Amino acid sequence: MNIVVIGHGMVGHQFLETLAELKIPGAKVTVLCEEPRPAYDRVHLSEFFAGKTAEDLSLVQPGFFEATGFDLRLNCKVKAIERRDHTVITADGEVIPYDKLVMATGSYPFVPNVPGKDRPNCFVYRTIEDLEGMKAAGAKAKVGVVVGGGLLGLECAKALKDLGVETHVVEFAPRLMAVQVDEGGGRILRSKIEALGVKVHTGCNTVNITDGGSAVHRMVFADGSHLETDMIVFSAGIRARDELGRQSALAIGALGGVAIDDHCRASDRSVYAIGECASWNDKTFGLVAPGYDMAKVAARHLAGDSTATFAGADMSTKLKLLGVDVASIGDAQGKTPHCRSFHYTDELRQTYKKIVVSEDGKKLLGAVLVGDAEEYGTLLQMALNGIALPADPEFLILPSSDGKAKPGLGADALPDTAQICSCNSVSKAQICAAVGNGVTDIAGMKACTKAGATCGGCVPLVTQVMKAEMAKRGMAVNNHICEHFPHSRQELYHLVRVGNIHTFEELLAQHGQGMGCDICKPAAASVLASCWNDFVLKPQLAALQDSNDYYLGNIQKDGTYSVVPRMPGGEVTPDGLIAVGTVAKKYGLYTKVTGGARVDMFGARLEQLPLIWEELIAAGFESGHAYGKSLRTVKSCVGSTWCRYGVDDSVGLAVELENRYKGLRAPHKIKFGVSGCTRECAEAQGKDVGVIATEKGWNLYVCGNGGMKPRHAELIASDLTKTALIALIDRFLMFYVRTADRLQRTSTWRDNLEGGLDYLKAVLIEDSLGLGQELETQMQHVVDTYQCEWKTAVTTPEVRQRFRTFVNSDAADTRIVFVEERGQIRPAKPEEKAEEKAST
Amino acid sequence: MTTDIWTPVCKADDILPNTGVCALVDGRHIALFRVGADRFFAIDNIDPKSGASVLSRGLVGNLGERMVVASPLYKNHFDLQTGECLELPECSVKAYAVRQVEGQLAVAHG
Repeated sequence: MNIVVIGHGMVGHQFLETLAELKIPGAKVTVLCEEPRPAYDRVHLSEFFAGKTAEDLSLVQPGFFEATGFDLRLNCKVKAIERRDHTVITADGEVIPYDKLVMATGSYPFVPNVPGKDRPNCFVYRTIEDLEGMKAAGAKAKVGVVVGGGLLGLECAKALKDLGVETHVVEFAPRLMAVQVDEGGGRILRSKIEALGVKVHTGCNTVNITDGGSAVHRMVFADGSHLETDMIVFSAGIRARDELGRQSALAIGALGGVAIDDHCRASDRSVYAIGECASWNDKTFGLVAPGYDMAKVAARHLAGDSTATFAGADMSTKLKLLGVDVASIGDAQGKTPHCRSFHYTDELRQTYKKIVVSEDGKKLLGAVLVGDAEEYGTLLQMALNGIALPADPEFLILPSSDGKAKPGLGADALPDTAQICSCNSVSKAQICAAVGNGVTDIAGMKACTKAGATCGGCVPLVTQVMKAEMAKRGMAVNNHICEHFPHSRQELYHLVRVGNIHTFEELLAQHGQGMGCDICKPAAASVLASCWNDFVLKPQLAALQDSNDYYLGNIQKDGTYSVVPRMPGGEVTPDGLIAVGTVAKKYGLYTKVTGGARVDMFGARLEQLPLIWEELIAAGFESGHAYGKSLRTVKSCVGSTWCRYGVDDSVGLAVELENRYKGLRAPHKIKFGVSGCTRECAEAQGKDVGVIATEKGWNLYVCGNGGMKPRHAELIASDLTKTALIALIDRFLMFYVRTADRLQRTSTWRDNLEGGLDYLKAVLIEDSLGLGQELETQMQHVVDTYQCEWKTAVTTPEVRQRFRTFVNSDAADTRIVFVEERGQIRPAKPEEKAEEKAST
Repeated sequence: MTTDIWTPVCKADDILPNTGVCALVDGRHIALFRVGADRFFAIDNIDPKSGASVLSRGLVGNLGERMVVASPLYKNHFDLQTGECLELPECSVKAYAVRQVEGQLAVAHG
């Protein structure tokens, strides 16, 4: 069967993913995409201006087309559909036969027919190419205007703001987001957005665009007033791209769009239409969730499942527009006959909340939330599932004066069919089933069910449902670190800090029981070090350190240790290299240059460690903390000093950062990268903390990871001065140290952080918890109390004497045996040891 | 136990409380632990899983009623009193008696 798909956008790709799972025997799939790149995430398009690349936005898993054998043709526009011949004809004149045709052509931005709309520097907001054009124009523009104050228009205003131009929004209707929000909500939304420096003009009808006096364009409005601007972006709604449907005489919906039935079939039974180009019951859907539903229905129906049907979609939404929470549920405008509504406006905090209830007051019909959308999840479930309202429904949106919880909606009140994640249509039953299969955290839930993986709005509710199910199954929803402490690591940190606790004995006596174990002791050692930064081998602390920290080296499989001197930023002098080489040669160590851009030496016996380190310290080296859950390395490229492309001194910054944070004990190891330009040779975006030089300063990325589960770091702030950069890294690291679980890397910590990157930005940049100064002070304490642990160890006799193989003999451990390989030592394998024994 | 030979090994104060050391006793590697101020335990120092002589370098603590050391290599736990490996009983090690006489520790082996 030849399946031809026209369009490879978000919905088109969802169709392909579903098709791939269904594995239809003998299906040959051809995808015709008019854009120059495969499907990408249009929902998060504005992140392109916040530093994301086209690759970051891609929705296609690497190897998807190779693995499925689907044939994707880019830059391939379809000119016509010949339904009688069962073929499509491309713009190049190629004729492609189909048995089943799937139209996923999406929509196009509507541009009002205003004279001058086609002048240069007038854009629409739909594709990455549009954004690239805006970016180029934005570099020269001082003022930018968005025409349209709807959902997409406000997204677009954020993009203009990120470009650094003075931003105006011009809206024809009397308020912003007229479709989703009522008058009261529109007023609060407007004042919040204006407070961010965006100028809002409502009730404004553009009649002409001409040459400007002080800027490129002059927009003339119906009331005779005007506005001068250098660039204009039209974002005044979308229209279905149904031109191929019209050309091939398929039935078209009353408001445009290819008319489809409940199986997503067009009036020709061999043709399906899905997403924004389709019209179901004369309705088109401009959100991604219904499009995804249609894609799945069409794929399943095509595979022979006649029960697959599309049943419409709930158009409730929750968004963060220019940092302002806006949510709209069901009948937001209160159009249902005899409905009643409750309003709550807080002009001080700039929040607006409204609920619309049925005449008998028993059912929730709709809601509007602006400025704070905390209740969205609860209200949406109440509206969707017809859950009976409490007697005084107004308390659902009123702030509680006595700190009592609001009449929430326990996860138990939800039916199994309740859709928790609407983007990926994940039901409560599916989340509970995932818990049954062993999922116990939100990152695992996202990976397993995709719940919360698209817009993230449902994450708090997903968490609630997951925890309730875990409790029901008797799975410990406790985060106690081990049997000795009824506390999480985060709580232990707090107890240590607030109680001014400096030893494990005090901690155990005040908050724990028993003797401790190999879980809580290193965790406590790490917390004590993060807080007070005392020498880790002093008598009260030494017994807490695990073997690596106790002997200040990484234990290897044969019980020998590695020796890793710090080489900040990967920089090392020739004399330094010679010294390392001399020591390695003298003690017969194996040497290797590591991924962290330094030299590791392997095969040191316990009693050799102080001797080796004494020589390294004399040559100017310090401990590299390769053994600690602490800062490892700051990788750098050579930067502007040598590189012809470099825009700033990445090595200099890397050395400075490594020297600042060396010795900081954390829940897990921490790696940095600093790149001198956007070519990113230091791979900073794969690190816990990544810094990339820009023309205007430094961009900071956080929570990346290589290793088992690679994760791209996310841009948290751009164009920072060095001082601002360091202050922000101080806050980030200390906040991580303070709140992460034991052995949780920044990437998993971030994946489990409720509120995600926005929350992190709020805490670290906007200082929403008022912690900023405290975090910086605490970090400065760690920086000021740094010591090279090896230097202290070799110069403190009672510590130094612990580095011995036998307490009662100077003999060496004869069980440690090396053989030679490629000119260096390696541990002998058991059979090689046996051989040696036999021959002696 | 009558065949046991008591070998003096080191002073009690040679071991930091709640840590271990390794002693060479008649060619055998024995891990000697000090729990709190004055309780001492001895088991083989060689970790059967890796063949490395490392058990004395593990962290000491308790799991439920049992006092244990965690191997620094693969983190499996050994009962300090019996040498039993909690996770893999087939990887258990031998335990030895320890006595303290006037601050001097001796290990029994036979």
